[in-house]
Amino acid sequence: MNQSTLTEAAVNPRPAPLSRKREPAWRTYMRRLVKSPTGLAGFLIIFVVVILGIFGPWLAPYDPNQAEFAKKLLPPLTDGHLLGTDQLGRDIFSRLIHGTSVSLIIGSCTVLFAGLIGTILGVVAGYFRGWADIIIMRIVDVKLSFPFILLVLVINAVIGAGLQNIIISLVFAGWIVYARVVRSEVLALREKEFILSCVATGVPRWEIIVKHIVPNLFTPIIVLSSLQIATYIIAEASISFLGFGVQPPQPAWGNMLSEGKDYIFSAWWLITFPGVAIVMTALGVNLFGDWLRDVLDPELKGH
Amino acid sequence: MRPEPLLEVKHLKKYYELKKGWFSPKQQVKAVDDVSFTVYRGETYGLVGESGCGKSTTGRAILRLQEANAGEIWFAGENVARLPYERMRRLRRRMQMVFQDPYASLNPKKTILQILTEPLRVHGLYSPDERVKKASEILKIVGLSDYHLHSYPHEFSGGQRQRIGIAKAVILQPDLIVADEPVSALDVSIQSQVINLLLQLQREFHLTYIFISHDLGVVRHITDRVGVMYLGKLVEQAQTEKLFQEPKHPYTQALLSAVPITHPDDTRERIILSGDVPSPLDPPQGCTFHPRCPACMEVCRTEKPPVVDLGEHIVACHLYV
Amino acid sequence: MGNRSPILEVRQLQTHFRSGHGVVKAVNGVDLTVYAGETVGLVGESGCGKSVTSLSVMGLLPKPAAAIVGGTIHFAGRDITHLPEKQMRKLRGNEMSMIFQEPMTSLNPVFTIGQQMAEPLRQHTSLTKRQIREKMVEMLQSVGIPRAGQIIDEYPHQLSGGMRQRVMISLAMLCQPKLLIADEPTTALDVTIQAQILQLMKEIKQKQQMAMLLITHDLGVVAEMCDRVVVMYGGQVVESAEVRTIFDQPRHPYTQGLLASMPNANERKGELKAIPGSVPRPDEVGQGCTFAPRCSQAMERCRHDRPPLVALPRQSCRCWLYAGEEETALEEVAHAT
Repeated sequence: MNQSTLTEAAVNPRPAPLSRKREPAWRTYMRRLVKSPTGLAGFLIIFVVVILGIFGPWLAPYDPNQAEFAKKLLPPLTDGHLLGTDQLGRDIFSRLIHGTSVSLIIGSCTVLFAGLIGTILGVVAGYFRGWADIIIMRIVDVKLSFPFILLVLVINAVIGAGLQNIIISLVFAGWIVYARVVRSEVLALREKEFILSCVATGVPRWEIIVKHIVPNLFTPIIVLSSLQIATYIIAEASISFLGFGVQPPQPAWGNMLSEGKDYIFSAWWLITFPGVAIVMTALGVNLFGDWLRDVLDPELKGH
Repeated sequence: MRPEPLLEVKHLKKYYELKKGWFSPKQQVKAVDDVSFTVYRGETYGLVGESGCGKSTTGRAILRLQEANAGEIWFAGENVARLPYERMRRLRRRMQMVFQDPYASLNPKKTILQILTEPLRVHGLYSPDERVKKASEILKIVGLSDYHLHSYPHEFSGGQRQRIGIAKAVILQPDLIVADEPVSALDVSIQSQVINLLLQLQREFHLTYIFISHDLGVVRHITDRVGVMYLGKLVEQAQTEKLFQEPKHPYTQALLSAVPITHPDDTRERIILSGDVPSPLDPPQGCTFHPRCPACMEVCRTEKPPVVDLGEHIVACHLYV
Repeated sequence: MGNRSPILEVRQLQTHFRSGHGVVKAVNGVDLTVYAGETVGLVGESGCGKSVTSLSVMGLLPKPAAAIVGGTIHFAGRDITHLPEKQMRKLRGNEMSMIFQEPMTSLNPVFTIGQQMAEPLRQHTSLTKRQIREKMVEMLQSVGIPRAGQIIDEYPHQLSGGMRQRVMISLAMLCQPKLLIADEPTTALDVTIQAQILQLMKEIKQKQQMAMLLITHDLGVVAEMCDRVVVMYGGQVVESAEVRTIFDQPRHPYTQGLLASMPNANERKGELKAIPGSVPRPDEVGQGCTFAPRCSQAMERCRHDRPPLVALPRQSCRCWLYAGEEETALEEVAHAT
């Protein structure tokens, strides 16, 4: 009998989108990526870095470890060396390309594992509170009182050098950043009405966490990761410099940077190009991360 | 001819502890302080009061969205307050909630279809295809259409979102719905639409409501019985018409007289209360209302008022002893 | 009240917002007059342009996103439409004041009440420090604040919502303005506190003989406080009349719908007479009458042509239903695009 008011509301809806025809998700994303100049730039940078990381050995014009003292410290664009040579006469361009894979593996693996561990512990601490929270956050506090790099060095001193061990030590020291950020986000989220509404509906706890809390953590985690990746690449440099990292003569952006710093006033190209590589990679990840965050947020869709 | 009780709240207490420092004594906020009432099947029970009186906390404690410190909540033959987590979760199918803020209570990252089928899915009801059908049915019932199914909450206006929030609660066909200020965040011209919807759903699905609101006009329109809360205590409870026509407690009298008039020619004897609601951190001795009460007696300052039953009209006040 | 002089005269005000998606006509041709000593209620729902109108009058529009692109605002006979900020500041808090919905956000949390109250007094008067303090205590007492002498040295967060709103009122009253603009002054308050504040505002108005522009969505507050009412919808005035006329003989379908949907105008537990549809956002107002999509009496004409403000014997009303009855058209139909 009172259908009238209700149906009238339906007759007169806010201009809502027509029900979408489903197109494959990847095509939607590609279409939107092409529309965003910064996202596309970020994607291209990452693409180039990844290609170089995989196919580097076949693309490099010289052997990265072939020293030629007669040709040491050549400036860029001389004698067939695109980016010049270093103090041992090795081709910087080839070393950069070869170093890409190391930096890439360290950056991405560390972000992946530190992010995973930190997120899980942060969610547990933030959602369940109680003893789990107290224990996890005490560990975090203790670790925070150590300088990051010192912690990494201590771990490396114990477990030894090498690529795999660097990643282990970086993950071990790096998850706390994620745990802290995630925990504070979860603390705010669990008080949100839509989470309370899930509890009231009777959604099981694990499902609330996995389906409602975690998707709302993507934004802060992506932003944090795009910053952390650069931190880890540079951390590798410091560790390598102190002798615990990637062992010379194997090239990595980090140890190129630290080896080149002695020549900063006499041969700027030694330090500049690895530095540019690190900055560009970080920039690319940042730009792409920003785009990804917007894409994952339905409220920003189409803008 | 009273229908059966659906929900019985007995001596419900919710205290918050505030720690200010390591050495200062702990302070206690008595958000809900010994509240008891019964809700009968099929009725709408209103909880009214001003901000901080504990009406929302009471509603949330009933649904175990906040854990009570003490008291019993009897629903469907079980003391909900003592139920272990998983059994409570399953019981939630029968008791649902509608929230105040339709902008905050829907997950911004889920489509309407996901939001509406989730309650059915987590309670293992129907097959996936049937769930979609149910969702589109309920969407029509609340006045939207199924072409909205793949939209996200932000694409809707406040009133439409509240319709979705209500649909989410009703889709499980619960016995009890706790509606916490369901129309306060909406525009005036939208409020009446949502009130109509709530009334229609009640008739259609035989729902029982606990309707929490500070808007006395709405409460008078929609509820059968009303409980008035002040500083964590239930100070008066009666049938709606009776309460509005003959309020007994001085606070209720002042509250009702403070409602703005509805026509410029109305004249109303207004009881202007002096001062503010006292801090729940440090509630007054005796009757908590006595510092503002126009009828305060000596006994009110020292002794807590007893609960007096005037025949289906309960009032906690020394005046009626 | 015909022979009284207008304090505030707004004519054909158009305030537009520029955003990433184009121009939003938040206020689209508003006429508004407030005479000395009267209270005018500006009524409407979210996004109807009532707050933007008041901000335009006060010169408080968020710049550069918003700008007055048409019409005039006269205050006490003076054109203040495009007054430079410096002169506007002299006017504000001196001859016209404003109180807002949320007193907490309009008081600066890092200054004491006294420090914030002293500011306008220093700017607009030449009192000594002692005189300023005395005046402040006197003002706080006059708005019913107990222990005013102590409250002066307290911070806003130490006060309750009702107390803060009292402080805001006393702050607005300091320089005895000719016009007080109150934007939803009691919306954030509880009913019993609202009753206190409304009572206080009535008393002050009486004593100070000032005019008041009361912006609200609450028809109860309007019935309580106002002499005249201006109803806004979709950036335009749809009806304006004396308060009794609005309540007894509303002519615009929107005003009629609002009054009919109040719960106490309906049978208890019965179906409320509701206005269907949703309140339009300022950016989705199309051509034709802004209310037409929700109007039960809408005609073909309403969807294409914007109705003029029709002068009826007791009120003016923007609706085609009364186009034949008009005595004099107040404006041309054409202005709206």
